[in-house]
Amino acid sequence: MDINQKYTPQSWPDHPETATLEGKNKFIGFWLLLAAETVTFASLFATYLALKDKGPSGMEYSAAGLFELPLVFAMTMILLTSSLTSVYAMYHMKNHNFKAMQAWLGITVILGATFLGLEIYEFNHYVHLGFGFTNSAFSSAFYVLVGTHGAHVLFGLSWFIALMIRNSKRGLNMYNAPKFYLASLYWHFIDVVWVFIFTVVYLMGVIG
Amino acid sequence: MSSIAQKKGFGATIWDFMTTVDHKKIAILYLISGGFFFLVGGVEAMLIRIQLAKAGNDFLSAGLYNEIITMHGTTMIFLASMPILLAFMNAIMPLQIGARDVAFPFLNSLGFWLFFFGGIFLNLSWFMGGAPDAGWTNYASLALASEGHGIDFYTLGLTISGFGTLIAGINFLVTIINMRAPGMTYMRMPLFTWTTFVASALILLAFPPLTVGLFFMIFDRLFGANFFAVDMGGNTIIWEHLFWIFGHPEVYILILPAFGIFSEIFAIFSRKRLFGYTALVFATILIGFYGFMVWAHHMFTVGLGPTANAVFALATMIIAVPTGIKIFNWLLTIWGGNISFTVPMIYAVAFIPSFVAGGVTGVMQAIAPLDYQLHDSYFIVAHFHYVIVGGVVLAILAGTHLYWPKMFGTMLSEKLGKWTFWFFFIGFHLTFFIQHFLGLMGMPRRVYTFGADQGWDLFNAISSAGAVLMAIGVIIMLVNVVMTTIKNERVGNDPWGDGRTLEWAIPSPPPFYNFAQTPLVRGLDTYWIEKMEGNKKGMIFAEPLGDIHMPNGSIIPFVMSLGMFIASFGALYFLDGDKPWALAVLVIGMLILFGSMLLRSLKDDLGFHITKAELLEDAKGGKTDGH
Amino acid sequence: MAHDTHIQVRSQAEFEYAKKKRADEMKGHLATFAIMIFLTLIAFTMVAAGFSTYLIVPIILLLAGIQVILQLYYFMHMSGKGHGMVAFFMFCGMFVAFITVLALVTIVWW
Repeated sequence: MDINQKYTPQSWPDHPETATLEGKNKFIGFWLLLAAETVTFASLFATYLALKDKGPSGMEYSAAGLFELPLVFAMTMILLTSSLTSVYAMYHMKNHNFKAMQAWLGITVILGATFLGLEIYEFNHYVHLGFGFTNSAFSSAFYVLVGTHGAHVLFGLSWFIALMIRNSKRGLNMYNAPKFYLASLYWHFIDVVWVFIFTVVYLMGVIG
Repeated sequence: MSSIAQKKGFGATIWDFMTTVDHKKIAILYLISGGFFFLVGGVEAMLIRIQLAKAGNDFLSAGLYNEIITMHGTTMIFLASMPILLAFMNAIMPLQIGARDVAFPFLNSLGFWLFFFGGIFLNLSWFMGGAPDAGWTNYASLALASEGHGIDFYTLGLTISGFGTLIAGINFLVTIINMRAPGMTYMRMPLFTWTTFVASALILLAFPPLTVGLFFMIFDRLFGANFFAVDMGGNTIIWEHLFWIFGHPEVYILILPAFGIFSEIFAIFSRKRLFGYTALVFATILIGFYGFMVWAHHMFTVGLGPTANAVFALATMIIAVPTGIKIFNWLLTIWGGNISFTVPMIYAVAFIPSFVAGGVTGVMQAIAPLDYQLHDSYFIVAHFHYVIVGGVVLAILAGTHLYWPKMFGTMLSEKLGKWTFWFFFIGFHLTFFIQHFLGLMGMPRRVYTFGADQGWDLFNAISSAGAVLMAIGVIIMLVNVVMTTIKNERVGNDPWGDGRTLEWAIPSPPPFYNFAQTPLVRGLDTYWIEKMEGNKKGMIFAEPLGDIHMPNGSIIPFVMSLGMFIASFGALYFLDGDKPWALAVLVIGMLILFGSMLLRSLKDDLGFHITKAELLEDAKGGKTDGH
Repeated sequence: MAHDTHIQVRSQAEFEYAKKKRADEMKGHLATFAIMIFLTLIAFTMVAAGFSTYLIVPIILLLAGIQVILQLYYFMHMSGKGHGMVAFFMFCGMFVAFITVLALVTIVWW
């Protein structure tokens, strides 16, 4: 693979992410990692469900009394939209339109950062209410589950930003196309996890 | 970047191994460090047997005994058996499928160094305030009550080495999916490659629950969380579930590659095609699949209820079916074969009755009501040593003899090998067979001593005597390794004379690019087919001789693992009031980890090319020394 | 090995066709996104409207499941060529995930 090989939209392959052996390897390997992540999050969800509303006697907060849906709704919409914008970025990647791809990735990053900001605000709010990490088994399970997702968002954002800066000058080639593709897969996976978090943690939490 | 071997100084050799991404060198690293931990675990085992040699012994204190049994189990499973099997997978599997390297050479190196630093971290506990003492299963109610930092060494150390194993698993899976030589269809893959594939899939899906469980334990003990703290609403059964959802597939992660090694040995030394290859493959997949549905048989006495116990008891018994299929296939491979009793073959033949004994006691324990009687007795100890030693360790010893020439280019002495075998094999049965009866007589496991009036003296003494024989066997093996290395008699491509698969078609040890030309595979037992057709080259080629692309070495995996190692010390002392520097250490370690990760991702690493001219030069030089 | 890629320049017609196909696919993605937003709205509305718990829980879990399928098969292209192994391992992962959750909500000894 020649990193200096220049492509035009007409010579750019249909599936640049799997056009090289390195790309294919990364592609399969990353999906396998996502399979492992599925089990990781399942373990976290399972623990959360087992420990939901469990705490010492006289525990102040339970799920029904704590979560507020408007904020969660906003966060959900933002993350869902960022999933779509990363689809747009990959659409332009396949069209070999580097500028448009960068622009859509930029929007994705802004949306992701907003989501993360709201999550930090939410956690901070709960802690001020007196619902801290060490309060109860429920609080520990909640913070670790949602916090692990938040850490994934942070990692995904850093990944996008690093890729965008590193490749800003040199455009798309066979070496970085798989990287962009995998970062966007990761982003979709984060969204998949969030779908379950807002359903299982927040919606099912509010109804008790 | 010439491929010509040069004599290097000691420092340069060390540096070479620290930066290598070559799967064969990483295999050697796994073998050496796994072997080292095997000896450590062996010494711990001997201490246990000395303590139990007579009634009321005070050789070890009760607390120290707890630490030793915990570390013996943990070391043998995570730091000895698995890495040594990973060594064989690394050394042999890419050769068997005709690949030049694994899919992710960089990650391969990272996986090794994570395992290595995790193992070192775990064992540093001996010198830093006491080892973990809650048993290798580390049940939460016991672990949370344990004082000192022993348990924290366990959780953090296993987290690090667990990441390494997960990475290795993904790497092998992708290698097998993507990098098979032309013509190497899935149903032409050698059995060892197949078992590597299934074991790696189990690693992929079984390690995440362990990692999550370990993180819960870390948070509980070091950061004030309440997952298992019952008075705060926590639930200790969660740990047991997460541990065994991992723990049961783990024993298949160990035994499947062992099955793979034995399958190779039976075919090679019976000079016959494996009987029922297809059945063996499907039995392997089936065992992997069932492996995830039986974990609660470790928890029959917890009180999950009769329904759960019945379901898991049935599922457990079903697993005996594919395992039985395998046993019969091996027997029928030997049947009518032209057998040569080399050291690996002796191990393989001895493995069948030993492992079947372990399997049968396993089915006994699957009967939940009986398990209430056997639980936590020496019967259990006897059972799992029969499967792990009678299956995995015999495979490791057999594999060491079988693959030593391929990895190092010289043959271990057959004569000493047979001595090792007889000492080890007799010692093994002497040690563990009698423990079945100790268990039935009521002797509980994990208790540091017993009374003279309990009638267990003689059987325990016999058991300890057996352990001495096993130790002698291992020592002879070490002597064998040293003598073989000093003699250094080089061997050719196919030192056993009857190799069937691709790894025996290339030099021992192979050149660092493995195959100058990618082979074309025409069927199962590729090399055997070519030999039978009188092909002197041992293979036919899928491509003309041309430039080969190879990955660059890198020190970054080492540095990343070091970063995690350092960060772990920060986490370990995080809540200690008298160690304010802990947070700083945690942050510095994390910075090293993420900094080197970033460096890796920002710096282009395109590898290098070996030119055709260099390959021709190499072929003329008849190079056999891979170092 | 296949490290070097062969540059293949497409004819104008092929190029136009591929581009059009991608544009069509993108329209499909937009529709998928609209469905996902719609499903999310239903889920939140049901909870806000205060229906019976026994009605809400299965429905919102089903909606979540549909969203995940949409993400995997449309946004992440899991139905595409060369995704056979990928799908196999994802479903294995989901299977292990399912029994893990099942075990921890049923047999944890409460």
